Amino acid sequence: MEKTKGKVSGIVSNLVMVRVEGPVAQNEICFIDLDGIRLMAEVIKITGDTAYVQVFESTRGLRVGCQVEFEGQMLEVTLGPGLLSSNYDGLQNNLATMEGVFLQRGCYTAALDSKRKWAFTPLVKEGDKVKAADWIGEVKEGWLPHKIMVPFKYSDDYTVKKIAPAGEYTVEEEIAVLADPKGKEHSVKMAQRWPVKVPITFYKEKPRPFQALETGVRVIDTFNPIAEGGTGFIPGPFGSGKTVLQHAISKQANVDVILMAACGERANEVVEIFAEFPLLEDPRTGRSLMERTTIICNTSNMPVAAREASVYTAMTIGEYYRAMGLRVLLLADSTSRWAQALREMSNRLEELPGQDAFPMDLPAIISGFYARAGYVYLNNGASGSITFIGTVSPAGGNLKEPVTEGTKKAARCFYALSQARADSKRYPAIDPIDSYSKYLEYPEIIEYFNEKMGEEWVPLVNEGKNFVLRGKEAYEQINILGDDGVPVAYHDRYWKSELIDFVILQQDAFDKTDSLCPMDRQKYMFEKVMGICHREFDFETFGECVDFYKGLINAFKQMNYTQFKSEEFHSYERQIEQMLSDRQKHQ
Amino acid sequence: MQTNKAFQRIYTRLEAVTKATVTVRAQEVSNDELAMVGDRLAQVVKINGDRVTLQVFAGTEGLATDTEVCFTGRVPGLKVGDDLSGRFFDAYGNPIDGGARTEGEWREIGGPSVNPMKRKQPSQLIPTGIAGIDLNNTLVSGQKIPFFADPDQPYNQVMCMVALRAKVDKIILGGMGLTNDDYLFFKKSFENAGALDKIICFVNTTEQPPVERLLVPDMALTAAEYFAVDKNEKVLVLLTDMTLYADALSIVSNRMDQIPSKDSMPGSLYSDLAKIYEKAVQLPSGGSITILAVTTLSGGDITHAIPDNTGYITEGQLFLRNDSDVNKVIVDPFRSLSRLKQLVIGKQTREDHPQVMNAAVRLYADAANAKTKLENGFELSDYDERTLAFAKDYSANILAIDINIDTTEMLDRIWRMFAAYFTQTEVAIKKELMDRYWPQ
Repeated sequence: MEKTKGKVSGIVSNLVMVRVEGPVAQNEICFIDLDGIRLMAEVIKITGDTAYVQVFESTRGLRVGCQVEFEGQMLEVTLGPGLLSSNYDGLQNNLATMEGVFLQRGCYTAALDSKRKWAFTPLVKEGDKVKAADWIGEVKEGWLPHKIMVPFKYSDDYTVKKIAPAGEYTVEEEIAVLADPKGKEHSVKMAQRWPVKVPITFYKEKPRPFQALETGVRVIDTFNPIAEGGTGFIPGPFGSGKTVLQHAISKQANVDVILMAACGERANEVVEIFAEFPLLEDPRTGRSLMERTTIICNTSNMPVAAREASVYTAMTIGEYYRAMGLRVLLLADSTSRWAQALREMSNRLEELPGQDAFPMDLPAIISGFYARAGYVYLNNGASGSITFIGTVSPAGGNLKEPVTEGTKKAARCFYALSQARADSKRYPAIDPIDSYSKYLEYPEIIEYFNEKMGEEWVPLVNEGKNFVLRGKEAYEQINILGDDGVPVAYHDRYWKSELIDFVILQQDAFDKTDSLCPMDRQKYMFEKVMGICHREFDFETFGECVDFYKGLINAFKQMNYTQFKSEEFHSYERQIEQMLSDRQKHQ
Repeated sequence: MQTNKAFQRIYTRLEAVTKATVTVRAQEVSNDELAMVGDRLAQVVKINGDRVTLQVFAGTEGLATDTEVCFTGRVPGLKVGDDLSGRFFDAYGNPIDGGARTEGEWREIGGPSVNPMKRKQPSQLIPTGIAGIDLNNTLVSGQKIPFFADPDQPYNQVMCMVALRAKVDKIILGGMGLTNDDYLFFKKSFENAGALDKIICFVNTTEQPPVERLLVPDMALTAAEYFAVDKNEKVLVLLTDMTLYADALSIVSNRMDQIPSKDSMPGSLYSDLAKIYEKAVQLPSGGSITILAVTTLSGGDITHAIPDNTGYITEGQLFLRNDSDVNKVIVDPFRSLSRLKQLVIGKQTREDHPQVMNAAVRLYADAANAKTKLENGFELSDYDERTLAFAKDYSANILAIDINIDTTEMLDRIWRMFAAYFTQTEVAIKKELMDRYWPQ
């Protein structure tokens, strides 16, 4: 097929106009030749014979008249064994194999190692009927079973003509030959390519999420649980702990694969992941965390158009692993930077702006992206999931801005980080009152909790939330009327909410023990705290009340730092019991 | 910028002139290329067929439509070499200290960014002696952090003090819209400290055209990259004032009829600022670039687009505030933050650092609540009274910017304050630390 050619006719920053000499498609990829350096770009608008392309690199030095060659395909990624533990840029270039300290433009590296051999086991035999996304073989990627599938682009029914016997193969070797209904034979390798902006939908059914995903973070798991295959977002002003929270979730979540899209954020944050993850243990398998992690990083100083692509690249890789029946957690930090990339381009295209100069279709783009997450039943009966949590960096910390509002409509969990909590070092700074999880209202999820945590769990959680709310109201009254101006019961109410806050909601992400709180421990602690909240104490003065709860909180905090049910743990527990019975006697 | 005109492409008809840009019909022009418009330096910012728009750094006052436009065929650059040390330059890299032009290898400014995989995680503490920084908001080499300050606060003085106390090989000052007085202040301070040999300055003062400022950070950082990458040196870059830099960005984008986003800033503000700040780096070879910047605020408003975008890019921010209770300028412990401090505190400093720091800030917050109570006319409890007394002590002897002690002394001082004002339960620190450090 003859490739369409063109010539550069105009340049505004990374938006380039190309006079084309043949057919071009929207979102088609092209390469601009600048004195031998090939700059990758994507068509984003076509008028007459001019194609507007966004260049994924710096356009410095580009001239009118530079040659352009169109590739006849959209932006694609390579899918195959070896994705995990790799570090990619937004266009899936392997950062580890790039030469030099600096990222030189026009320098593209292969996503997968073509030399590495993988131990392949066939899952079909000759004569079997297969179609796109059917599992035909398996390799071990770390400890994960990585399924080799019929390429997603194969749209017919096929017969297996040949399947490689168990053995070691590279991603470039033929492992199967499939014949289409006309008898034409197709050679299949372990790696395949897929356009990032097209969802991979080779599944039978996408049910409503029906089970919770454990993250080890109490304020999420206990108070606002996220479902496996669910969506959530974390808006928060800078300095409120978005990134620390995301890292905590990624280290602990009960999933098979972690994808982190560092989208337009700080390079040092990515470096932190590079440095820490290989050393960290997956708390469930004991293997290195890096083995189940892929990082797609397009930091804030990398070209802005590739930033937009990076979240799609991550989602596509996630869908690939979901199609193998694995549980994937995708974290994107931050989707606001992605939206800003869209805005920069929309500005340069001189489109009429929507609110805050964002493009008009921003909410649709956001919800379209969130909709790609989900729990699915595959055609072969297995199931897989993508749980997606995005962060949002609202301008000025104001949640009434287009990205936050657009995301609120799309995501089911809302983890609002509050500046006030961050200022008083109450981390994670998830606001217990503004945040919500819609999943707590799902009958499927309630049933799941009834079975796993007991029927009293969900009502108890709702009661806990109510205690926090009432505590806040009491606190406001105390502030208006003064310590002595309100009944002591107000102080009691306020300090019960503080007890929940300090013991359950706050968690030390930098403490080895406290940072990961398994569900059984969460249940134990929450029931203990709620047991105290249900008790009536007869305080004479508010001072007595304050001292009592402060003592309790201190003991509970020490308890959070100890090993669950260790001798130390129980000694603090006894200390608490003692305080309670002393108090009781007192009355 | 000297050019040999005989080989240059020269055009003499300006099609359009705005306050900051000119448009000329020209061929074979490349994006970002420099040109001389008359005797003024300009840079290509937009090409549409043969219509080329240039941003004129010195402004367009008095430019006639028949002014000669001469393209140089090169992008903005700087000659880098060891003889940059101790020198003062303007925004174009021309000496302003009366010395000779520097020699050395020509490098383009605003070049590519470091591959994140070739970075090293920052891990070296930069001590400043100021407890409000070292204790609560520790600086780490390879970090980028701005002072958020109102124009009346002594941010340049504090920054200068920090720079001179920090143990680094080079200090590079990028001055944007500096008043001449402040420029002379920096010059004098560096001279007095006898530190001139490790100083390099690129300065645009208020007397010079604002658009020129756009070159300053890239000039300073290109010099910084030379010393950090080629020479493995520890470089500290001071950028003051980034708000004025952003203002210059908005002037240019406005003249190019771009649609403004929040606070009439260009939609690309985040990326523009990130390109500068992300030059901060710790390299595995030992070289590093640390950026200390100033973002002036209007009435402490951090929701304005400039500080807001900055906060999302930088690794924390330092807030200066005048504490009327002790009549000193302090580093505000609530609004200041160093994101990288976790990498060094309790590791390169004493083990009790993180917990002591948090407990002190928490008690200081209790004092703020007590103060509100007092102002609202309520009676204070004994605890409230004690927090207020603590806050005064803490503010005057820890947070004030005139403190100059090492971190161990800072921690000891706070333990003494804890013991003087509180019980162990009120301080609520891990018991083993309490047992070890609580003054007997």
